[in-house]
Amino acid sequence: MMHEPQTLVPATQTKMTARDVKVFYGEKQAIKGVSIDVDMDNVTAFIGPSGCGKSTFLRTLNRMNDTVASARTEGTITLDGEDIYAPSMDVVQLRARVGMVFQKPNPFPKSIYENIAYGPRIHGLAHGKADLDVIVEKSLRRAGLWEEVKDRLHDSGTALSGGQQQRLCIGRAIAVEPEVILMDEPCSALDPIATAKIEELIHELRGRYAIVIVTHNMQQAARVSQRTAFFHLGELVEYGVTSDIFTNPRQERTKDYITGRYG
Amino acid sequence: MAEHTIKAFDEEIDKLRGLIAEMGGRAEAAIENAMLALQRQDKTLAAQVVADDKRIDAIEAEVEKLVVQVIALRAPMANDLRDVIAALKIVGVVERIGDYAKNIAKRVPLIAANQRTLEPVSLLPSMGQVAAEMVHDALNAFAARDADLATAVIERDTVVDDFYNSVFRSLVTYMVENPKTISECAHLLFIAKNIERIGDHATNVAEMVYYAATGQMAPERERGGTQPLED
Repeated sequence: MMHEPQTLVPATQTKMTARDVKVFYGEKQAIKGVSIDVDMDNVTAFIGPSGCGKSTFLRTLNRMNDTVASARTEGTITLDGEDIYAPSMDVVQLRARVGMVFQKPNPFPKSIYENIAYGPRIHGLAHGKADLDVIVEKSLRRAGLWEEVKDRLHDSGTALSGGQQQRLCIGRAIAVEPEVILMDEPCSALDPIATAKIEELIHELRGRYAIVIVTHNMQQAARVSQRTAFFHLGELVEYGVTSDIFTNPRQERTKDYITGRYG
Repeated sequence: MAEHTIKAFDEEIDKLRGLIAEMGGRAEAAIENAMLALQRQDKTLAAQVVADDKRIDAIEAEVEKLVVQVIALRAPMANDLRDVIAALKIVGVVERIGDYAKNIAKRVPLIAANQRTLEPVSLLPSMGQVAAEMVHDALNAFAARDADLATAVIERDTVVDDFYNSVFRSLVTYMVENPKTISECAHLLFIAKNIERIGDHATNVAEMVYYAATGQMAPERERGGTQPLED
């Protein structure tokens, strides 16, 4: 059964759609029928209190929940109209198309160069060293890291600062030419300056990739996104234009949460 | 409305609302006292209205400071944000209302003692009363976040405008018939205009209250033949 999104926001180009998505961890239902459209040209932020399901839902978008043994997903999620839970879907390929950046920067314990080159190499995107060099530079430039690391590409990725590591992880996601980038609280381990750099990067990447960001920081959602979805107790309570959500939310639960009255 | 998790935020909002309530009460009293001073030719009361305006100005400054602090430290959202912005705008308008009352009071000593015999004066107290009530209700609407009360204030502005047009006509007629009273009548004209402006400002406050309470702009007012002649 198809469900319409709770709140329709005019999308310029819909990249992903979710219809009546339910996620169970064993007996416990974590997501209770969420329908939403993610569009190409806007950054979409998921906000909500801890345990509301926003990260769980984010992880359904590239089937990261498949790695959790007790997790079961129902409903329909499409990427460019294609059902990503169809048996014919190559999950490895899917995760290259729908990349992910995590809360804690997790570079491989390899050189900066190898961190970027690894994905393109295993996905067969590069033919030879020269190709790889181009991809590495382009990805690091897009991740806003090139100027800082160009002279030490063979140093370990883990020797970088936290903010640089996170931009390296974004560069790593970009290197395999994804269409969608999912970010799960990408700045929660970073200081304000490193956070500002990531936010600026998100602005620059907008339009080139569909971006979905989960954040606990409502100011961050307000700053970086054009669409905001508020989750509560596994439900999508409200989804709308970010400036509307933060000045005039329609739902009482959204209002209480964003004004600091929750719980 | 539920309380904020951070109690200090609630305390600041309460303080803000308290200051605006006090400011509104003082502006309302200033209008009433200015009109009373006019009726009774009470120069002492008139001087008091002028002196009391300083407190209204001081509250405006205090609210501005507090609003900047709340925005900087609390990053208010949604209805909180609308409330705080409305508070900032409202104090600017109420300060102007206080100035109009002060201006009325300043004219009291300039009008000759025999002005009570000036026939057109009879309309002014009722006109002042309506304007003072509008200010009172607009500020009450803010305190109660009451969009309906705000709408009622907006609609009442036509009453003040009607009064003004009526006072204007009778003063002009009176001046034609009694040229010796032109100086006094000119002052009365300004007083009537001041009250009319107070009505407009109360209406503006009500519109801000409506927005703060609902998140929507107040519906456009009907502007029939009742608008003041000079606008």
